[in-house]
Amino acid sequence: MDGFLNATVLLSNFVLVPGLAYGAQLALGALGVTLVYRVLRFANLSHGDLMAFGAMLGVLSTWALQAAGVSIAPLPTALLALPLAILGTALMSLFIETAVYRHHRLRRSAPAIFMIVSVGVMFMLNGLVRVVIGPDDQRFADGARFIVRARDFEAMTGLSEGLSIRVSQGITFAVAMAAVAALFYFLNRSRAGKAMRAYADNEDLALLSGIDPDRVVRHTWIIAAALAAIAGTLYGLDKSFKPFTYFQLLLPVFAAAIVGGIGNPVGAIVGGFVVSFSEIGLTYAYKKFLTYLVPPAWAPEGLMQLIATDYKFAISFAILVIVLLIRPTGILPGRVL
Amino acid sequence: MTHLVAEEMRGGYGAADILQDCSLEVARGEIAVIVGPNGAGKSTALKAIFGLLGLRGGSVRFEGEEITGVAPQERVALGMGFVPQSANIFATMTVEENLEMGAYIRTDDYTETVQDVLTLFPALTERRRQAAGELSGGLRQQVAIGRALMTRPSLLLLDEPTAGLSPIVMDQLFDRITGIAKEGVAILMVEQNARQALNIADKGYVLVQGQNRFSGAGRALLENPDVRQSFLGG
Repeated sequence: MDGFLNATVLLSNFVLVPGLAYGAQLALGALGVTLVYRVLRFANLSHGDLMAFGAMLGVLSTWALQAAGVSIAPLPTALLALPLAILGTALMSLFIETAVYRHHRLRRSAPAIFMIVSVGVMFMLNGLVRVVIGPDDQRFADGARFIVRARDFEAMTGLSEGLSIRVSQGITFAVAMAAVAALFYFLNRSRAGKAMRAYADNEDLALLSGIDPDRVVRHTWIIAAALAAIAGTLYGLDKSFKPFTYFQLLLPVFAAAIVGGIGNPVGAIVGGFVVSFSEIGLTYAYKKFLTYLVPPAWAPEGLMQLIATDYKFAISFAILVIVLLIRPTGILPGRVL
Repeated sequence: MTHLVAEEMRGGYGAADILQDCSLEVARGEIAVIVGPNGAGKSTALKAIFGLLGLRGGSVRFEGEEITGVAPQERVALGMGFVPQSANIFATMTVEENLEMGAYIRTDDYTETVQDVLTLFPALTERRRQAAGELSGGLRQQVAIGRALMTRPSLLLLDEPTAGLSPIVMDQLFDRITGIAKEGVAILMVEQNARQALNIADKGYVLVQGQNRFSGAGRALLENPDVRQSFLGG
């Protein structure tokens, strides 16, 4: 019995809890991608670097608040910096819209052109972030480290394996849930949200109904930027902030959006967790887990790891290929808002 | 003063004029029907009246005001409602949300208008929380017309509202349209089902190659041997 409990705790430490946190980060990123795709009709490849930009603002605001002696311990100061990061990222997004995308929207450029343009925006943002904060790792987490500490859990239960949940993981999940709830409330209940869905559904009829397309586009960018800033800051808080990792996040984020059904917000959330659990579940070494479950004589000698961690990005890509082969519209029907 | 007067409209999408001196009129409470062969410019005439097509000649007067250069969105505010032939609903949104979007430009309380529309189309009441795209063809047209009625227009432009509907559903829809006209709304519609449409019409226009070929009371056109022979199949 202890073996089973120990195995469960072990799996929750290394797969379940990190998977939920990482999945929530991917889901937030994928929601931004899916929203831009549905309303503005192009794949925004600069979303990963918009996340980096938002996270950078989060880091800088956190440092500023720390320097000013502001603290909400045991919670991390970054939580307080989040609204500032969202505001700055939204302004940046609106600036990019006015300076770059607006021109192509008025010319009614093809989606492929928008996508290429977004690659340019991606490089610009990427460069900007490196110029401002540098390419290195930055730490900005403070406050308490653990919600549940392994040693306390061991003492409490007498198990040899201790459950550990970090504050950053708990906060990631809680903030992501709040952001998703707010987004769905906006889309389904508010007038502006309904206008956005109407515009995404039938542009011509939306125009006939008196919906202002510029307003809808502005709202879309503000929301995408807010989601990017939240996702980026949470990811940085959970792991650490390094500009390059956000560029790499683009693949799992897009995989999540497409796997769930691109354009479908619920799909983006489902896709985020599918990708995160596949990545973590396949790269985890199950040796210790199995040792708890089987008789000592059967204990495995190898790592029992399906795929080396170095290949984790290949997993998103493989999921993407499999889903597109078997169910091209994604798990939930795509192109719905 | 006639509610809508379109005089000698000329215009088209490219270099060639589809409309060649086409004139149409409709008064409040009246149903006017545009019929004619394929490619005669029926839908184009409707779009020109709604401002979706720039005119090279002629004029459109609405409530006595010249509105030839006014944008479609502004014409909605003036009291025009337009139901396009296809893609005329927000398919992923509920029936209620479709009506709400129809009232988007209104700043006053429109709950009463929602009630009026649901009274006119009772079948929509129990489906108000269902996605409009999941409804049958007849109900989708009701949603489309209901959406346009949300601004309480004084002129309703309908582009082939009964296209693809079964005869029974078509008759029901024509009944409703007659009901809307009785409330004092001017109705101008393009119809493929010429015989049935002329039957309920106060006024009919037969359009051929962008020109008025025949016009007159609906009944009179139905009985006109020339019209019967060339457009109604004898």
